[in-house]
Amino acid sequence: MDTLKISTGGSVDAGKSTLIGRLLWDTDSITDDRVAAIKKASGENQLDLSLATDGLLIERERGITIDVAHVFFGSAFRNYIIADTPGHFEYTRNMITGASTSQVSILVIGADVGTEAQTERHFFINNLLRIKDVVVVVNKMDLFDFSEEVFENMKRSFKSMLDRGEFEEQRITFIPVSALCGDNVVHRSDSMSWYKGPTLLSYLDELSVDTFGLSKARFPIQCVVQDPEADFIGYAGKLLGADLSVGCEIEVLPSLKRSRVKGIQVYEKHYGRAVKGSSILLTLEDDLKLERGDMIVKAGESPLVMTTLVGVLTWMSSTSLKTGVVYDLQHGIRRVKARVDDIINKLNPDFSQKSADDDALNMNEIGRVRISLDGQIFADPFEELTVNGSFILIDPNSNDTVAVGLINGL
Amino acid sequence: MSSTAEIGTLENEAIYILRETVAQFSRPVLLFSGGKDSITLVRLAQKAFYPSKIPFPLLHIDTGHNFPETIKFRDRLVEELGLQLIVRDVQSTIDAGTVEEEVGLYASRNMLQTKTLLDAIEEFKFDACIGGARRDEEKARSKERIFSVRDISGKWDEKSQRPELFDMLNGKIEAGQNVRVFPISNWTESDVWSFIGKEHIEVPSLYFAHKRLVFIRDQMILPVNDGVVFREEYERVEERVVRFRTIGDMTCTAAILSEAIDVDSVLEELRNVSTSERASRIDDKRRLHGLEERKRSGYF
Ligand SMILES: Nc1nc2c(ncn2[C@@H]2O[C@H](COP(=O)(O)OP(=O)(O)O)[C@@H](O)[C@H]2O)c(=O)[nH]1
Repeated sequence: MDTLKISTGGSVDAGKSTLIGRLLWDTDSITDDRVAAIKKASGENQLDLSLATDGLLIERERGITIDVAHVFFGSAFRNYIIADTPGHFEYTRNMITGASTSQVSILVIGADVGTEAQTERHFFINNLLRIKDVVVVVNKMDLFDFSEEVFENMKRSFKSMLDRGEFEEQRITFIPVSALCGDNVVHRSDSMSWYKGPTLLSYLDELSVDTFGLSKARFPIQCVVQDPEADFIGYAGKLLGADLSVGCEIEVLPSLKRSRVKGIQVYEKHYGRAVKGSSILLTLEDDLKLERGDMIVKAGESPLVMTTLVGVLTWMSSTSLKTGVVYDLQHGIRRVKARVDDIINKLNPDFSQKSADDDALNMNEIGRVRISLDGQIFADPFEELTVNGSFILIDPNSNDTVAVGLINGL
Repeated sequence: MSSTAEIGTLENEAIYILRETVAQFSRPVLLFSGGKDSITLVRLAQKAFYPSKIPFPLLHIDTGHNFPETIKFRDRLVEELGLQLIVRDVQSTIDAGTVEEEVGLYASRNMLQTKTLLDAIEEFKFDACIGGARRDEEKARSKERIFSVRDISGKWDEKSQRPELFDMLNGKIEAGQNVRVFPISNWTESDVWSFIGKEHIEVPSLYFAHKRLVFIRDQMILPVNDGVVFREEYERVEERVVRFRTIGDMTCTAAILSEAIDVDSVLEELRNVSTSERASRIDDKRRLHGLEERKRSGYF
C-alpha cells in the first residue's frame, strides 16, 4: 500500500485538531489504549477528539502544539501521514517544513470566521512551494444548519485570494464538513444533500498524485560503491525528476563527459528501467571517475551550472540573516560555501510584494535574495523542476539549518 | 521491461537516508536490538551498499535479560552476513558502580541501558547511531527528526531540533555531539512486517505464536523467567499460546495471545488489533510520558 503525506493548516480554533482526531477516529486508527487516555482526559464531557494529536509534556504545560508532529492513519486504500503544524508558534517555519515533504495540503477554515490572515499565510506557502493539490475544508457547518449558501460564500471569499497567487496550476477542492459531528469527513453527511462532491477521505483515497513541472532525470551521486575483487564501480543515489533506462546516453556534471547507462540494480536484482524516486545503483559503460556530489543526467538535458543565484529564502532561525556573512549552502546532497549579497525584496505572505527596508531577514520572513557561491551547483529553477530547485542554508557556527531557499529562473 | 516501480517509497527513502549517513559521518554504527525493526535495518543496509559489505558495525547494548532466542538469532545473523558486532553489557556498567540495579515488582534494566549506550558512544567515538525507531510507535517519537542531534550527554531537546526540508539532511555536528538516525521513521508496524514478508527475512521465533509459561499482571501477559522477571508468589503461572509484538528486555516485554504463526497471519492480526504496539511495553506504563522522559535523558 502506498503512503500519502499530507500537511495541514488553518487559523487557531478553525478545528484542525478536531478534524484530524475525527479522521483517526472514523478510520479506526486510534488504538484502545489511546482511546482510554482520551476518554480519561475528556472527563465527563463529550469525547474531545482534538486530544488525539496532542502529546508532549511541554505542550501540556503550555497548552499548545509546538512543532511538526507526524500523525498516522490508514484507509482501505492508502496509508496516510499528516505533518501537523501548529497555528501558533514559528508558524511560517513549521508550515514550510511540513509542506515541503507533503504531496497534498489540507486547509481548514471555520464557517463562523472564514478566511483569516493565517489561512492566507498557509495558502501563500502552498502556492510558493507549488503544492499542486490543496483541499479547503469548510468546517463547523453544523453551526449554520449545514447551509449551502454559507459554504458558497466561504468558497467565494477564498477564491478571491487565488487570483493573487503566482502559481496558477493548483487544483483546489472545497469540502463542507463538521469535524465535531463527523459530517463529510469519513462518512457522507445526511444533512448536506446539496453537496455532491467527495468526503474528505474519499477525496484523499482517490487522489492521483502528480508533481508539477518538466520531467528531466537528475541523478546526484550519494556514494561510490566499489568491489575491487570484481572490478566493480557503481554509483548509488536516488533518481529524481524522470525515469532512466539501461542504454540511455548520459552526461555528467561537472565534467560534461558522456557515456551510457550499463546497468540499473537494487541489491541483487537488475532492472531495465528506474522510475523517478527510486534509490538505485547505477553503472556506466565507461569509468568516468565520478564522486559524491557529481550529477548524472540524460545527454542534452543539462541543468543550470550555477555559481550565483537568485532565490526566495525563508528564514528559520532566531539569529537574523545578515548580508555578507558566509553560510554553507546544501543543494540536495551537495554543499558549497555561500554568501547572501543582497536582499532584493521581502515578500509578505499575503501575496503583496513589499520591498526591503533593511539588510536583514528575520525569523519567519520570506525574501528574494541574490547569493554567490564559492563552488558550483547543478540545479533547476524550482518552478520548472521542484525536486532539483531547492536548497538549505546552514550556519557554520551553530551547524543549524537556518533557511530554506527556492531557486528562481534567470 | 522490468522497472523499479515495484519498490515502495518507504524503502527508497530509507536507503537514501542510510547512504547519506555513511557519506556525512565518519563513524556510524547501527544500534541492534535483535528485534524486527533492527533486523529490517540490517536488510536495508545490505541493499543500500550492495555489492559492498555493510560499511558500519552493529552495536548491541545487552541488558543480560534478553530472550535466549534473541541472542542466538543475533549471533547467527552476524555470522551469516559477515558483520562486525560490538556488545556492551549493562552488567558491566552496574559493576562499575555508575548505575544502580532496580529492585521490586517492576525492576528492569531498560532504563540503565542509557548509560551503557552513552559510554559505548564515547568509547568508540561514534558520531551517528542508526536506530529503528518509528514515529507511529509513541507520541514522543512523532516529533523526532530523521537526523536527530544529541548533545554530549546524549540529551534530546525538541526545541533545538533542526527543520528538515524536502529530502535534505543536515548532519553537520561539532566534536562530541552525535546524531541519532531513523531511516524507518515513517514506517508503521505493518509496513515493517510487509517488508519482512516481501524480502523473506528471518526473524526470531518469539514473534510467532508459541506455547509459553506466563503470568498475568495489570492485564499484561508476562513471560515466566525466575531470577530475571520478578514474580510475587500469588501470581499464578499458566501455559498460554502467545507471541511478542516487540522483543526488548525480558523484564519489560509483555506477550499477546495470538495464533499468528507466520508473516501473513501476523499482518492479518494487525489489521484487526486495536492496541498499540507499545501497549505491551511495561516500562512505558510505569509512568505517564515514560518514553519522553527517558528520551530527554539520552535513552535511545
Ligand atoms: N460546532 C463545531 N465546533 C467545532 C467543530 N470542530 C471543532 N470545533 C470546536 O472548535 C474549537 C477549536 O477546535 P480545535 O480542533 O482545537 O481547533 P484548532 O485550533 O484548529 O486545532 C473547539 O472548541 C472545538 O470543539 C465543528 O465541526 N463544529
